Amino acid sequence: MQLRKMAHSRAGDKGDISNLSLIAYDSKDYPLLEKYVTVELVKAHFADIVFGDVVRYTLPELGAMNFVLQKALGGGVTRSLALDAHGKCLSSALLNLHIPDA
Amino acid sequence: MKNIRIGAGAGYSGDRIEPAIELAEKGDIDYLIFECLAERTIALAQQAKMKDPSLGYDPLLADRMHAVLRICSEKGIKIITNMGAANPQGAAAKIKEIAVSLGLVNLKIAAISGDDVLSVLQQGNYIDDSGQPVMALGDKLLSANAYLGAQPLVDALAQGADVIVTGRVADPALVLAPLIHAFGWAMDDWHRLGQGTLVGHLLECAGQITGGYFADPGYKDVADLARLGFPIGEVSEDGSVVITKVAGSGGQVTAATCKEQLLYEIHDPAAYLTPDVVADFSAVTVSEVGIDRVAIQGATGHPKTGMLKVSVGYIDSYVGEGQMSYAGPGALARATLACDIVAERLKIADVKVGEIRYDLIGVNAIHGASLSPTDTEPYEVRIRVTGRTDSLKEAIRIGNEVETLYTCGPAGGGGATKAAKDVVAVRSTLLPEALVTASIHYEEI
Repeated sequence: MQLRKMAHSRAGDKGDISNLSLIAYDSKDYPLLEKYVTVELVKAHFADIVFGDVVRYTLPELGAMNFVLQKALGGGVTRSLALDAHGKCLSSALLNLHIPDA
Repeated sequence: MKNIRIGAGAGYSGDRIEPAIELAEKGDIDYLIFECLAERTIALAQQAKMKDPSLGYDPLLADRMHAVLRICSEKGIKIITNMGAANPQGAAAKIKEIAVSLGLVNLKIAAISGDDVLSVLQQGNYIDDSGQPVMALGDKLLSANAYLGAQPLVDALAQGADVIVTGRVADPALVLAPLIHAFGWAMDDWHRLGQGTLVGHLLECAGQITGGYFADPGYKDVADLARLGFPIGEVSEDGSVVITKVAGSGGQVTAATCKEQLLYEIHDPAAYLTPDVVADFSAVTVSEVGIDRVAIQGATGHPKTGMLKVSVGYIDSYVGEGQMSYAGPGALARATLACDIVAERLKIADVKVGEIRYDLIGVNAIHGASLSPTDTEPYEVRIRVTGRTDSLKEAIRIGNEVETLYTCGPAGGGGATKAAKDVVAVRSTLLPEALVTASIHYEEI
């Protein structure tokens, strides 16, 4: 299933670090997100964009996770040559991931 | 003790102005906050101040104050903003001038300075987040501003300030300060400071919690974004908050909009670092308690680190850019050829470029080749060539080589644009808070 169907996301930035939330629409789906949307999956998905570590924080009370992606913004928001220097559009790329339905 | 109602009138420097008027007129608020200072803004403001010492504050300060000063003065709503940027005292003088022109009386405006720590950095050996000594930036160094905490704002409120204008302060401090003032929280009540910091974090981006930056048609529909209402935080003495907005305004306040903003840019939810507290949002709960009313609680905090983050602004490099569009049959092939030609031209003309990008807008410019599907032929493509140079003169030549595609490139290219600029970038370092002294200057009428 495409992540977009069960979760939403917002991207934020600080320096060369991108912060992507991933929030289940329905808390019942949260265990699936925690099971399948791993650090390894996210790191592989963004292999051509994110060159540093990926850290995942889990917030089961909110049915959400927070991904912190190092070296993700072309050397830093304020000097990046990227069209989307803030990496605001990365949230949509995250939601394009597919995970198993169960 | 009554709840305190805080409205967020702007989430960034260029934000809409009408929602703040709506909050002041109909929000029944005690405080109106304007957060307008992005990471690099203060370095740009410092450049503006160097050219004209009366400037260096937010360019929309006058417009925003003309819009809300009278109504806030009449209703006793206090205004707190970081629109002072590189010149809080200049901003306070401008606000006084506007107040006088509006015929207002009994207004006390506080300008909070002390965040400019360039001279402090010059006296020590500080390493920035690139691993280099800050002072190695030499004459490229533009500005250094520490993130101040809530204390000077609390002091100004205690002195009866009606308007507070600051330079660099931690964004949540704009909201935390009035809570400390109103409820008499101690500056080492880490639990409540953690709660108040959460309220500040939720409100600081204004419309981003009321349905702005949220809509995704068919998945997340939001009504009336053209009339988006900005948020109100209804805060209790224990720091718990209900987020709401003016009835009848556009947008929505739901558990989902609040969760997106809660996690926005916080990195480790258990350790959100501010000058006042290490806030811990890891056990926060969110529940809908009415239409457009969401209760949020469960934050806590731990002792502050005693170190202040400092943003160091500097001239990093120069960037040149050119764009050109191709459309119709074969657009992608002609755009690709255009990029190849520009790459060869830059070599032939010996333009000294460091990092360079050849983007195909509409194809792979945003997420790169590996995440962008290649199975459909786009109807139109816009090329974007952008590169980093050591001088403005070299940067200008990049856009020129794109523009000459008009007469020397593939068929049917149109809409060329070019630009070149110096890049003011930001690094960060840490400074012991004892080395930073805030000061307050008052203007009164």
